[in-house]
Amino acid sequence: MLFRQKIFAITAALFLLVLIFELVRRRKLKEEYSWLWLLTGVSILVLTLWYDLLLMLTSAIGAKVATTTLFIAAVMYLILITLHFSVRISSLSDQVKKLVQELAILKAEKGDIHN
Amino acid sequence: MTGERNALAVIPAFNEEAHVADVVSGVRAQGLPLDVLVVDDGSDDGTARAAAEAGAHVVSLPFNVGYGGALQTGFKYALRNGYEYLVHLDGDGQHDPASIAPLLEAVRNGGTDIVVGSRFLQDPDYRCLFARRIGIAIFRLIARLTTGRAITDPTSGFQALNRKAFAFYSREYPSDFPDTDVIITSHRAHFEIREIPVKIHPSVSGRSMHSGLAPFYYVFKMFLSICVTLLRKRPKKEE
Repeated sequence: MLFRQKIFAITAALFLLVLIFELVRRRKLKEEYSWLWLLTGVSILVLTLWYDLLLMLTSAIGAKVATTTLFIAAVMYLILITLHFSVRISSLSDQVKKLVQELAILKAEKGDIHN
Repeated sequence: MTGERNALAVIPAFNEEAHVADVVSGVRAQGLPLDVLVVDDGSDDGTARAAAEAGAHVVSLPFNVGYGGALQTGFKYALRNGYEYLVHLDGDGQHDPASIAPLLEAVRNGGTDIVVGSRFLQDPDYRCLFARRIGIAIFRLIARLTTGRAITDPTSGFQALNRKAFAFYSREYPSDFPDTDVIITSHRAHFEIREIPVKIHPSVSGRSMHSGLAPFYYVFKMFLSICVTLLRKRPKKEE
């Protein structure tokens, strides 16, 4: 790995980690969502500093070049995180449904039928 | 709940301004000791007003939640207001209110928790689309294999329930269209299910919920939801 590549990857990883911490600190991102993102930042950092690990992973999955391993990891990660969002959306829509049902019943009890 | 009236008729309605009043008056004209509740599922026409003017209690959802979600609102309302029995029918006038009495009677007599009004038992050549008939045949078979009993019309929106059953449904019920999966879940929760024939008029408003690509999605969704229903832990009747 070229020195410049290393510098770039480390900078990107550190930037990502700082950004995530800052978002959590400002309460823009909930802790429960931050761990997946933190994991990404840390993985980039680890793989940059420990290039041999990336090479080992590459031969373990049978890929020819290290970039393939990175691409596969990135794609899999994106799939996982969108799946995670789908799960959250499902539970949110269920919560919204329960809320409007309660709301509609309470409104009817107050005799409030304006249409 | 008022006095002796321990039963509630629930009518979910979405943009049924033209028919809902007739349905409400039709139910009230039966002279049965029951209250009528129309769940207006976020209609943008005068459904809620028409229903209220016809003498129904009205619960208005702020936006369209879906047929099952509207029905579940009715179950929650009935639970909250202490009703013992519930009958639900569609807001478009396809279900003949004359069949309410036998449905309620069947569930009042005890022994049965859920009574499904079937359009096929009485009128075997009830006409509907070919694709829909095939779909119904497949799910009928699945229902038979999994519950061990013949349910000819699992999609029926004309059913009577006792309190145990609607309490169960107010916890878990699909938002869109309750179907064979609900029958299977209820059976697995040890509810007694029975079918009786009811009279159905072909949908007055002429709108079908199964058109275009929807039947394909419907079959896919039902297969998936039946599979996961069977893989889930046996639901508990009471909590």
